Amino acid sequence: MAVDGSLERLRREGRIVVVGASLAGLRAAETLREEGFTGTLTMIGDEPYEPYDRPPLSKQVLLGRVPADHTALPRRRAIEAQWRLGVAATGLDLSAKRVALADGTSVEYDRLLIATGVRSRPWPNELEAGLDGVFVLRTRDDATRLRHRLKAGPSRVLVIGAGFTGSEIASVCRERDLPVTVAERGPTPLSGALGSVIGDVAAQLHHQHGVDLRCGVMVTGLEGDGAGRLRRAHFSDGGTVDAEVAVVALGATRNTEWLAGSGLAAGPRGIACDAGCRAFDVRGIVADDVFVAGDVARSPHPLFGYQFLSLEHWGNAVAQAAVAAHNMICRGEERRPHLWTPYFWSAQFGVNIKSVGVPNMADQIIVSQGSLGEHRFTAAYGYQGRVIAAVTFDQAKWLEFHQRQIEQAAPFPPPFTTVDRRAEGMRPVPAGFPDPSVPTHGPQVTVSGHSPTDQRVTFTPA
Amino acid sequence: MKVVVDLNRCQGYAQCAFLAPDVFAMHGEEALLYDGQPDDTWRLDVLRAEAACPVKAITVEGTGAMWATEGAGVSDGG
Ligand SMILES: Cc1cc2nc3c(=O)[nH]c(=O)nc-3n(C[C@H](O)[C@H](O)[C@H](O)COP(=O)(O)OP(=O)(O)OC[C@H]3O[C@@H](n4cnc5c(N)ncnc54)[C@H](O)[C@@H]3O)c2cc1C
Ligand code: SF4
Repeated sequence: MAVDGSLERLRREGRIVVVGASLAGLRAAETLREEGFTGTLTMIGDEPYEPYDRPPLSKQVLLGRVPADHTALPRRRAIEAQWRLGVAATGLDLSAKRVALADGTSVEYDRLLIATGVRSRPWPNELEAGLDGVFVLRTRDDATRLRHRLKAGPSRVLVIGAGFTGSEIASVCRERDLPVTVAERGPTPLSGALGSVIGDVAAQLHHQHGVDLRCGVMVTGLEGDGAGRLRRAHFSDGGTVDAEVAVVALGATRNTEWLAGSGLAAGPRGIACDAGCRAFDVRGIVADDVFVAGDVARSPHPLFGYQFLSLEHWGNAVAQAAVAAHNMICRGEERRPHLWTPYFWSAQFGVNIKSVGVPNMADQIIVSQGSLGEHRFTAAYGYQGRVIAAVTFDQAKWLEFHQRQIEQAAPFPPPFTTVDRRAEGMRPVPAGFPDPSVPTHGPQVTVSGHSPTDQRVTFTPA
Repeated sequence: MKVVVDLNRCQGYAQCAFLAPDVFAMHGEEALLYDGQPDDTWRLDVLRAEAACPVKAITVEGTGAMWATEGAGVSDGG
């Protein structure tokens, strides 16, 4: 570890480089300055824009309430950074402490923070993905393009994948009075993230709002017309649907390719790091000067059996960035662990959906308040006799209570009675998560413990 | 001016929608929609909303607000 003198020098005149200039990158930069870092701060981002907020893209931006360029994130303070926007990092040399950039230049660092997040998984067939009318939604530019197309009033929109993003897009389409078909491989919408008991409620919301929801089917092909415009989609059950727009909402891929060969433990599931956000190298040894935060990170969490969690959650990016930044410039014994309890929200069909904890680790669920049928309820998830997560539909005020239950490993089913407990909530039922060995389009939480197939250490004797 | 709401913290009390209706609006019973870059005309309204939010979920650029880096749900043991 750095002896005091060199740590002081790092804080005063060191060079910190942040790769990934979005939510986690910005919040980390602010924390660095707040905590007295006065050295050089370089922010590298492949998007041409200053850091902006993504959750509004699939909500108010697509609805047409605000333009996509109204999502730039407010700064908590001036960060006096050197911005290298519109240029991707292409490589990392751990021993030379240098990041290579796409424009052929490179930047040296004393400490590096990697916050490169994830990107949308594209439609796997490249020719079909290139058809005019086929979209994904991750960036400001994606949102601008899709919003423009929705405004033109397409005859039908097809949403492929009914996770959170897909469901929000379907909801927006109905609010804009556009005919929409949703194709989902699972038994219900949101079943990967919340299980099929809650997924059934989500399905009711789709039906109630006039979505043509097709579950248990896969889209097998997209067909264009002579001019290269999307015309029709084919389903695994032999059916077809005519659509002018298709939005591919099949989850996300971690932006780690640029680290290939760097020696960091980076792969398709993200970059493994310790609870203090320090990256692991492929030998499982902490790389002292390299830190990770946000969607791209995988870190162990004691509340969830020290399994590695990758979270695609806004709140996680904010909290983890603050911890990483703090740990980058302090002495070993002052380091803090990132022990954030996962929190997530979504809004669709006018309903506010929130969750705390890790629902998809659960085996059982109990509706502790309200009623599934009324689409207004609180449900707790149980795992091996303890509360592991909770979800609310328009009952957000109960979430904090459940957060404490999760953090205290409170017993499940909860032994106490609650106000507004109905007959359906008297005993737990199976939560209905898909078999974890079958890939889905992506619950936004991936619990990934040790898997023998995940070993990426290659031993090459000289 | 730039605004962001930590919707993990927000509990849909609608104080902001009441004080700055041109910037914040409820969508359904609990969900909140807002304009992240409202016109400066609304500055005073937005600052009032920021101050009135019972869970301090609203951050406005440049007010030096104690923006919770450790938002709802944080217990980092530190
Ligand atoms: C449409 C949409 C809706 C969402 N809604 C919600 C919601 O309701 N609730 C919620 O909790 N979360 C939501 N999220 C998730 C939330 O936005 C993310 O968790 C958050 O953006 C993560 O921040 P990040 O900084 O870790 O990563 P990102 O925001 O992914 O940022 C990573 C940045 O790094 C850049 N980058 C990647 N590779 C390189 C490279 N090699 N060199 C330089 N730069 C690079 C990327 O282009 C990007 O700008 C939503 C996301 C989307 C897309
Ligand atoms: S005042 Fe605060 S809690 Fe209430 S709706 Fe606005 S942001 Fe949410």
